[in-house]
Amino acid sequence: MKKKVLALVLALVMALALVACGGNGNAPADNGGQTPSTDNQTPSTPSNDDNAAPAASGRVYWLNFKPESDEVLQNVAKMYTDKTGVPVKVVTAAAGTYSQTLNAEMGKSEAPTIFVVGNQAGVRDWTDYALDLNGTAIANELNTDAYNLYDENGKLVSIGYCYESYGIIVNPDLLEKAGHSLDEIKNFDTLKTVVEDIHSRAAELGFDAFTSCDMDSSSSWRFTGHMANLEYYYEQEGTPWTECPATISGKYMDNFKNLYDLCINNSLTAPTDLSVGGHDASDEFRTGKAAFQVQGSWEYEGMKEQVPNATMIPYYCGVAGEEKAGLNCGTENCWAINSKVSAEDQQATMDFMVWCVTDPEASRMLVDTFGVMPYKNAAESTNAFLADANEYSNNGCYVMNWATNFQPNVDEYRAALVSALNAYNADQSDANWEGVRTAFVDGWAAQYQAVNG
Amino acid sequence: MIQASTRRWWPLFLGPVVVAFVIGFVWPFIQGIYLSFCQFKLIADAKPIGFGNYIRAFKDASFTHAFWYTTLYTVVSLILINVLAFAVAYALTQNIKGSNLFRTVFFMPNLIGGIVLGHIWSMIFDGILSKFGTSIVMDSKYGFWGLIILMCWQQIGYMMIIYIAGLQAVPEDMLEAARIDGATKAQTLFRVTIPNVMPSITICTFLSLTNGFKLFDQNLALTAGQPILTQPGGTAIKTTEMLALNIFTTYNNSSANAHGTAQAKAVIFFVLVAGLGLAQLAFTRKKEVQQ
Repeated sequence: MKKKVLALVLALVMALALVACGGNGNAPADNGGQTPSTDNQTPSTPSNDDNAAPAASGRVYWLNFKPESDEVLQNVAKMYTDKTGVPVKVVTAAAGTYSQTLNAEMGKSEAPTIFVVGNQAGVRDWTDYALDLNGTAIANELNTDAYNLYDENGKLVSIGYCYESYGIIVNPDLLEKAGHSLDEIKNFDTLKTVVEDIHSRAAELGFDAFTSCDMDSSSSWRFTGHMANLEYYYEQEGTPWTECPATISGKYMDNFKNLYDLCINNSLTAPTDLSVGGHDASDEFRTGKAAFQVQGSWEYEGMKEQVPNATMIPYYCGVAGEEKAGLNCGTENCWAINSKVSAEDQQATMDFMVWCVTDPEASRMLVDTFGVMPYKNAAESTNAFLADANEYSNNGCYVMNWATNFQPNVDEYRAALVSALNAYNADQSDANWEGVRTAFVDGWAAQYQAVNG
Repeated sequence: MIQASTRRWWPLFLGPVVVAFVIGFVWPFIQGIYLSFCQFKLIADAKPIGFGNYIRAFKDASFTHAFWYTTLYTVVSLILINVLAFAVAYALTQNIKGSNLFRTVFFMPNLIGGIVLGHIWSMIFDGILSKFGTSIVMDSKYGFWGLIILMCWQQIGYMMIIYIAGLQAVPEDMLEAARIDGATKAQTLFRVTIPNVMPSITICTFLSLTNGFKLFDQNLALTAGQPILTQPGGTAIKTTEMLALNIFTTYNNSSANAHGTAQAKAVIFFVLVAGLGLAQLAFTRKKEVQQ
């Protein structure tokens, strides 16, 4: 009897497992089959949004690249679904894992309909999977072509949905407390004077110069991705790269070292502790523990309450004429539409995107998290750092473009650089800096070969 | 009567398993071998290119490094885990008070997933190493021994359970005979007990050998291959990267051949692990005794 019961239970478990397997497999097919066929014929236009009647046709799946915006995007997605009945799924890849997630998701039957193609390497990888956006409804909403990415055949692979700036964020109130003012800082030497003075008096002032410069994966990109840009930018010598160069010379490595040394040696955390990480640099800045932070415009929304006067200054690094430097402006945030999903899904996605940049409420939410959206009818930007960026360029300063977007095999390149910087942080010897230079310059060539060789 | 119904109903019982096995293992495996000869971005649009992926895989210095590193790790962990697990099992079958509690506690680390363990242990190691101004990602020695400690902590309890089962199955009359014949404790252990638990040793060495080669989660979470040595010329070697992680990072490179090369590496990896596992089984089976 007992055995019979046991056998029965086992059989039930097996049956359940099978049903579960089948269930998963069938679910997408069911959804596809249930889409009202009557709607298929009517091409929905953005003006349809006003109709209260939900015309649920197609689906939207946005594979998001910015973890800090996830919450807002989920809310926007829900708003759209409530309004139109079109299901909008937003999945956010964890920091540093976007390309892995994209590889995995694109292979699925319910693949993302919106994904991010942020640089020329991405364009080359994904152009076969991207819809040509030339002349589409969303492209017509743009107010600038500056952030669009084209492939070699002129196909518009992806269009910018926001742009950003990065540099050194300063808390001017703390500078004043320390007896300095922002106007003193005009170049690297003056920055260095202020920073070193604050650091030397940190105990007395109650705050330090720079926030922690952690080298763990949540923070290292601020240096290997952003600060490294100053080397690439100046190496372009005024002629911006249009494709990834096979080699770089490292001519401005000393300038990178100037600023890097200044940051790690005048911060809240000793250089030897940086490889462990675990400090929240943004929180340190918000709570007034440090006056400077290497960061970008996306931080503004999180700090505007606590540091209302925060402003952003350029990467001063000791290059001749840097008094005329501006902020690092560019974007990696460009939408592409998956050309392999059904026409219905593509249309639904296009409608959703247009709604995002035209609907007052949605675009307000998105602009607040993204900083700015370069679209005619999107909400106005309130981001002070982007305003700083504009002010610099209006005053005739040069904009530092994001040459860093060309880093070949970016994850591996940066990982090797982090490792070299870890060794240098632990012992700031010339030999260890040579290691950094090798990873920075030779590593570029080797990764370029790995990708293109 | 029973036999007749078994004969009639066997497809019902065997069918689901076979179907699941084909869907979940056989088909992906065949597809994987096919893909290792292809260049592909997504599986749906693979185009065959011959042996290029295998040539690239064998030429890759990081793959060779990962192979030797994995081998070293496997040998060290295999010995440590099995010796310690056997010792613990032996101690806990000596009628110590509270041995059930100990067994439970020793087994518990096994219930935690590898990624979680990797992160927890990296915090523990960093907590200690930061006192000396360094961290687990600074030196490959720390990464190596860190991983050994982590895996011992996790695996010893599991192997211990298998050894306990083996030890309990050693016939009491044999032990008694040894005692009467005046065998010392050591003699009893090496001449009677160990030959009798050979089946457990076979299974445990098989498990730790294949686990060692296949190790991924803990490797990824603990060091992710750091520190990375960039040689003059720019070639980067991830000094603590094991085979599975190497395949994973290869797959996610942005080269057009990345996926195919990773797939070729995965096939090589399979042949290697399967070959080693079978060789080890054949070797230890020979040492088993009939009771």
